[in-house]
Amino acid sequence: MNDRIPSAFTRRQFLTTGLTLASASLTIPAFLNSSAFGLPRNWWNGTSTPGAPDERILVVIQLGGGNDGLNTVVPYGEAAYYKARPAIGIPENKVVKLSKSPVGLHPALAPLADMYNDGQMSVVQGTGYPNPNRSHFKSMDIWHTADTTATGDGWLGKYFDAECCGFGKGEGGRPEPNPQAGIAIGREAPLAMKGRMVTPLAFESADLFRWTGGDVSRDLTPAYDQITRREAAGTGADPESNAAFLTRTALDAQVSSDTIRRAVAARPRSAYPQSELARQLQMVASMIHAKLSTRVYYVSMGGFDTHAGQGGEQGRHAQLLGQFAAAVKAFYADLKLQGNAERVMTMSFSEFGRRVGQNASNGTDHGTAAPMFLFGPMVKPGVLTQHPSLTDLDQGDLRYNTDFRSVYAGVLEQWMKADSKKILEGTFNPLGVLTKT
Amino acid sequence: MSTQPANSPQTPVPDSVKAAAARNRANPKPITSSMSPLGPKQFGLEEARHLLWRAGFGGTPNQIQTLVSWGLEKSVDYLVNYQQVAGSEPDPKGFRSDIIRPPSAEERAMAQQARRARDEESLARLRVRQQEAERLDREQVRAMQKWWLTRMIETPRPLEEKLTLLWHGHFATSFRTVEDSYHMYAQNNLLRKHAAGSFADMLYGIIRDPAMIKYLDNDESRKGRPNENLARELMELFGLGVGNYTEQDIKEGARALTGYTFRDDEFVFERQNHDTGVKQLLGAKGGFNGEDFVRLILQNRACARFVATKLYRYLVHDYPTGRKGVDEAANSVINQMADGIRRDNYAMGPTIKRLLSSQHFYDPRIRNEQIKSPVQLIVGAARSLNTPVRDLDALLDAAKLMGQDIFFPPSVKGWDGGRSWINTATLFVRQNTLVFMLTGKRPMGRDPLADKEPFDAAPLLTQLADAYPDSASGDPERVIDAILQFAVGRTDAASRDTLEQFVRSHGGRLTPKVITDIMLLITAMPEYQLC
Repeated sequence: MNDRIPSAFTRRQFLTTGLTLASASLTIPAFLNSSAFGLPRNWWNGTSTPGAPDERILVVIQLGGGNDGLNTVVPYGEAAYYKARPAIGIPENKVVKLSKSPVGLHPALAPLADMYNDGQMSVVQGTGYPNPNRSHFKSMDIWHTADTTATGDGWLGKYFDAECCGFGKGEGGRPEPNPQAGIAIGREAPLAMKGRMVTPLAFESADLFRWTGGDVSRDLTPAYDQITRREAAGTGADPESNAAFLTRTALDAQVSSDTIRRAVAARPRSAYPQSELARQLQMVASMIHAKLSTRVYYVSMGGFDTHAGQGGEQGRHAQLLGQFAAAVKAFYADLKLQGNAERVMTMSFSEFGRRVGQNASNGTDHGTAAPMFLFGPMVKPGVLTQHPSLTDLDQGDLRYNTDFRSVYAGVLEQWMKADSKKILEGTFNPLGVLTKT
Repeated sequence: MSTQPANSPQTPVPDSVKAAAARNRANPKPITSSMSPLGPKQFGLEEARHLLWRAGFGGTPNQIQTLVSWGLEKSVDYLVNYQQVAGSEPDPKGFRSDIIRPPSAEERAMAQQARRARDEESLARLRVRQQEAERLDREQVRAMQKWWLTRMIETPRPLEEKLTLLWHGHFATSFRTVEDSYHMYAQNNLLRKHAAGSFADMLYGIIRDPAMIKYLDNDESRKGRPNENLARELMELFGLGVGNYTEQDIKEGARALTGYTFRDDEFVFERQNHDTGVKQLLGAKGGFNGEDFVRLILQNRACARFVATKLYRYLVHDYPTGRKGVDEAANSVINQMADGIRRDNYAMGPTIKRLLSSQHFYDPRIRNEQIKSPVQLIVGAARSLNTPVRDLDALLDAAKLMGQDIFFPPSVKGWDGGRSWINTATLFVRQNTLVFMLTGKRPMGRDPLADKEPFDAAPLLTQLADAYPDSASGDPERVIDAILQFAVGRTDAASRDTLEQFVRSHGGRLTPKVITDIMLLITAMPEYQLC
């Protein structure tokens, strides 16, 4: 054994004995490779690449269906608001007031008031884009691609590609794919995360990020392990062949699956409410706790398409907002307990807001500009941008005053330390999103 | 990275295997670049199996055996000259062309009036109508995905569908932008019509194809303000490749394509929007139009080589790989193919036939070295293992999760293919898709019809016994060898031992249940991703 050749490190040893040095460099899983090259920098210990803030994590919460921005962040001081929404408007005395701001939060968002008052939450008002599209699919694609024609790769995918797969700027000039750069909780990775070089991981629950054949016959598992945890060198295949590449990736997949499932199976550190979003955020917190190399996590909740019976201070929309607020609050409580809160910024968005006026079914139809939220101890707190006018409307819809790509640009530049011009393929004045960068 | 073999006492690799691997690496046998046909005696089970996978989506043991009995020439002729084989007409479902259509004069007038009168209710009604059409059209494109996947699984002309899929990735056009399913369908038929035919006809067809015109914005290109998108891709991605044209050629080519647009479902040449002026294009000068532009591309030496490379990478091997010996042979074969394609005036059939008959194509280092595309994996399992199809929606979803959503390629560059299909996430999806096809087990829950539609291993065993007589005795070791040979194209001691051990610990008999279990394990092998 020669410990001066750090590349000497096999997967099997990683699997069985951890960081034991041995030979057979060809069989090192791609994403363990660099760690082995420079043993001090082990991704599973969360040590960062010099010059890139690997420790920083972005969590994106997608609110699907078009969240009603005006009943989320309420302009309670304006008569026009109550005039347009006689049945569903939030009474002024129920609104959670925000200091130094003419707008307040829906009462269901009360759990977030502490975060707001502690300076851990910001509201970006009036986000949207030119020529708003009111189709769920199209508008969601526009938000995902950061492109108003809704074409091209996802904005986070382009971030992974530009920043060498979200794993630092690449060492020795060679990009180095990090297969865990992005994790989406859901069946399918969102378009936002799809780039050229990295396919993000996606699973509804960590238990699904594995082979399901063992569920058919449990006693298949030992044989399956033998077949998929082989060393490429042991197969006699040419190490540059696709056969050897597949054997290596199969072993990577097993390691990745083990790591993630172990992380998520760990005993919860704090209590979470019962909701789908809370379940997802709890998984994310567990993976952060387990020091995965993941830079971006993506979670989502749906149901915001409230065309009928939306409710006001109570009702369907209130329930959704309540779940959202309680889940985010529990998530940051967990992160604080872990000592990881400072590493995590969370951003929420929806594909569009809703029309100013309520419709005949006491609901709201597809609209335009709406607020985004940012959470975390380091965000620039408060209401960051102007509230859009309720009287100067565009065909009954709010006019956006903040291009959502300015928010992306701010998050990319200031939080992720990435080149937003390259990633967003355009210049968007980055919104200041951090207290200090 | 060191190329020394593993030399660790902890690594459980037999010395003989290591020695062989070291020998292979030190002294790799060069791949032949000969395009001469394989000798008739050399076309055995492995070669026939290889041909079925590459010129199609794999075959059953019976089909493999049939090709062996036919011999190389007849087999290749059957697969490539597929017009001789009766096939279904391409429009069995009667897809609607009128879901997305231009508004009638009456509708236009109504909308105009509503806008002028600020009649919010009428405008909202119009919006709803539009959204309803879009919803129907999304349903139709889903139906088209199912139709095509089914066609690939059932066709008696596998190469026709396989090449149609190649050209779909080559002339990549996505419904996401086209937003008219019927245009996607019409393009699919255009590509199928010329799939193994004339590349020239396909290229002439594509500049008049409404889906492509929409996808690359040529409907917005007119004299005085040409849109360069189609002109650029016509050279960069469709016909010549980077480095064989200049930025000036793009500008001039775009002028030649002005006025090439469509109305409803038909190509339209708008004379008044066409720039008739003199252009300097690809070394020629004249008042060129779109057809002239295509002709100049076809006359360019780079074009035939570009097409040959595309066919080679799809049917034979990755190129370039940066691997010594591999790239040299590939390069030589591609040159020979390009010469053939030029000689035949872009008729591709003869060159494809020659390729699929060549010694190069059957070289052991070419076989079992191609990573199956997601569609190849799914269609291949259905066709070669005869698994139930179960649920087309589930299979299409799976293909999408693996990175290949037909009619929705990720960009005009199509799918990168090869190793880009594989990562830790897609590998599990691949394995689990096969679990679903074999057993009905979904990632969550179970197909309610799973037990009504079990995977029937009996025909597979019977056919294997016919094709691989060694396995006829039913001796588990022999049968396992035959299954491995059939399913992954090779056997190795370690896998055989694992599977044998499994059979022994399950009563030692190859019951249908045990065979299904064995297939679950084999389809989870890294090698199963190759063909």
